[in-house]
Amino acid sequence: MTAQLALSQLLNGLQLGVLLFLLAAGLTLVFGIMSFVNLAHGSLYMLGAYFGAATFAKTDSFTLAILAATVGAGLVGLLLDRFALTKLYTRDHLDQVLATFGLILFFNELIRMIWGPGSIFMQVPDALSQTVDIFGFTYPSYRFAIIGAGLAVALGLYLLIQKTRVGMLIRAGATHPHMVASLGVNIKWLNTLVFALGAALAGLAGVMSGPIMSVQPGMGEPVLILTLVVIIIGGLGSIRGAFYAALIVGVVDTLGRAFMPTIMRGIFERNTADAAGPALASMLIYLFMALVLALKPQGLFPATAGATR
Amino acid sequence: MKLLPTAIDWRAPRTIVAIVVIATFALLPVLVGDEGGFYVKFATRVLIYALAAIGLNFILGFGGMVSFGHAMYVMLGAYCVAIPAQHEITSGWAHIAIALAMTTVIAAGAGAVALRTTGIAFIMITLAFAQMLFFGAVSLKEYGGDDGLTLATRSNFALFDISSNAGLYYFAFVCVLVALYLSWRAVLSPFGLILRGSKANTRRALALGHPVFRYQLVAYVLSALACAVAGVLLANLTQFASPAYGAWTLSGELIVIVILGGLGTVFGPLVGAVLLLALEEVLPTLVEATLPDYKSNWMLLLGLFIFFIALALKRGVFGSLRGGKQ
Repeated sequence: MTAQLALSQLLNGLQLGVLLFLLAAGLTLVFGIMSFVNLAHGSLYMLGAYFGAATFAKTDSFTLAILAATVGAGLVGLLLDRFALTKLYTRDHLDQVLATFGLILFFNELIRMIWGPGSIFMQVPDALSQTVDIFGFTYPSYRFAIIGAGLAVALGLYLLIQKTRVGMLIRAGATHPHMVASLGVNIKWLNTLVFALGAALAGLAGVMSGPIMSVQPGMGEPVLILTLVVIIIGGLGSIRGAFYAALIVGVVDTLGRAFMPTIMRGIFERNTADAAGPALASMLIYLFMALVLALKPQGLFPATAGATR
Repeated sequence: MKLLPTAIDWRAPRTIVAIVVIATFALLPVLVGDEGGFYVKFATRVLIYALAAIGLNFILGFGGMVSFGHAMYVMLGAYCVAIPAQHEITSGWAHIAIALAMTTVIAAGAGAVALRTTGIAFIMITLAFAQMLFFGAVSLKEYGGDDGLTLATRSNFALFDISSNAGLYYFAFVCVLVALYLSWRAVLSPFGLILRGSKANTRRALALGHPVFRYQLVAYVLSALACAVAGVLLANLTQFASPAYGAWTLSGELIVIVILGGLGTVFGPLVGAVLLLALEEVLPTLVEATLPDYKSNWMLLLGLFIFFIALALKRGVFGSLRGGKQ
C-alpha cells in the first residue's frame, strides 16, 4: 500500500462524498421543511444523467450538458411537486414511501422506453480529460473538477440558506410554517422552490457522475440508498450534518473497498480473508450507520430548532 | 383457552370474502385440474408472498412500524435452504430450524438498532440493513455470489412430500393458514393490544408503564420469522436462491401487498397478494394486446398503479369491506 495509492483513494472517496452531498442536500432539505420522504430523488439523479448525456452527445458542449441536466431535473422536480406530490405532503410517511416507490418504477421504465435498456456512454469532456500532476502525484482532472464543483455548491448553499432572505424564509418555514404563511409568504411556492432546487442538485450530481459511472436505467437506486444512509448519519433535516456525513460515507466506503481485503489478509488466513474482505467492505458503511445510531439515534448533527442549520 | 379469540359475524362481508378465498385456495389444484402446472405454481407464489406480507402486516399494520427491508428475511430464509443443501443437508425441518434460528438472531440485532429510531429514520434504517444483507449475499462468492445458488432437489419434509408442485402448494397453504390463525390470535391477545396501543399513542403506552420497546422488538422478530419461512418456501418453489430475493423492490412490493389488501386487517395480506400478483400477470398480457411495441414496458403502468394506490386507497380492498362488530 503506497502513499500514492492511499492518497488517490482518499480523493476518490472525497469525490464520491461530494456527489452524495449534492443528493443528500436536496433530500434532507425537503425532509426538513416538508417532512416529506422522496424515494424518487434517485430518479431525478438518473434523469439528470440522461439529460446531460443526451445533450452532450448532441451538442458536444459539457456546459450545455450541465445546464440541461440541472434545469431539466429541476423542471421535472417542479412539475412533480406541483402536480403529483402536493397531496402527499400532509399524509403519513408510509403513503409517501409507497407513492414515490411507484414513481421510481415509473421513471425507470420511462427511461427504458426512451433510451433503451442498455447503458449509454458519456465521455469525459476534452478540457478535463487530462491528469493533474502535483509533486509527482497524478490524479484525473475531471475528478478534481467534481470535488471542486461539489465544494462550491456546498458553500453556495450555505450562503443561500444563512445569508439571504430566501434562506431565512426557508429556515423559518422549516420550524414554523403556519407563522411564515400568516406573515404573507406563499409557503407553497417556497416549498416548490426548495423541491426544485433539490431536484436540480440531484440532476447536477447525475450529469457529473455520467462520465465516471454507467448511465443506465435504475442507476439512481444504489445512490439513493447511500444518500439515505448519509442523511440518517448526518441527522435528518440537517444540511451541515449531510455535508459531513456525505464526506465520511464517501471516504469510508471507498477506502473500505480499496483496503479492506488487504487488511483482512493481515488478520486471517488467505481464504477467509478473500471471502470476507469484499463482503465486509460493502457492508462497512451500514455497520458504521448502525454504530452511529446505537450511540446517537438522532444522527451526528441533529437538526435542532432551525432544521436547516 | 377458546379456539377462536372472538365471536365471528358470519354475515359480515369480510367473513364471507375470507371464507370464499380460503375455500378457493383449498380446492384450487382440483379446480384447475392440471397437477403441478402453471396455475398451481403461480398460486404457490401468491401464498408465499402472502405469508411474507402477513409477517410484515403484523408490525406495519398493527404496530405502526414501517419496515422497508423485510425482503432481507425472505432472502435469508431462501439461503438457509440453499446453503445447507449445498452441504448435503436436505432435511426440510433442519432448513426451517436453521432459518428460524438465524432470523431470530439477525432480526433481534437489526431490530434492536432500528427501533431506537422512529418514523422516517426507521424506514430508512430497515432499508439500509436489507441492503447490507443484500451486498453480503452478493459477495458470497463460494455460494454463487450475484448469480445465486440452484437447488438440486427440494427440501425433504419427512411426512409431507413437497417434491410435487401440488404437495408444495398445500404445504404453503397450511403455512399461510397457520400464520393467519396465529396473527389473528396475537392481535387480539394482551400482547397485540399493547402493540396496537403503542401504534395509536406510544407516549401514552409508555406512560401506562408498558415496556413498548420490548413488545415492538418481539413483534419485529416474529414478523421476520414469517418472512423467513416464506423464503424457505420460495427457495423450494423456484429451486433457487439469489440475492435478488432480498432486493429492496421486493420489500416495496410487500408493502404494496399489505396496503392493497388493507393495512391492519388480519386477512388483508392474502387478498393483497392475490391482487398484486394477478395484476403483474395480467398487465404484460394486456399491454401486449393493445400496444405490442411497448409490451416490455408494462412496469410503467404498475408504477403509476402503485402511486395511485398510495394516494387514493386509504383502507385497502379487504379493509374497506364491512367487518363484524369490533
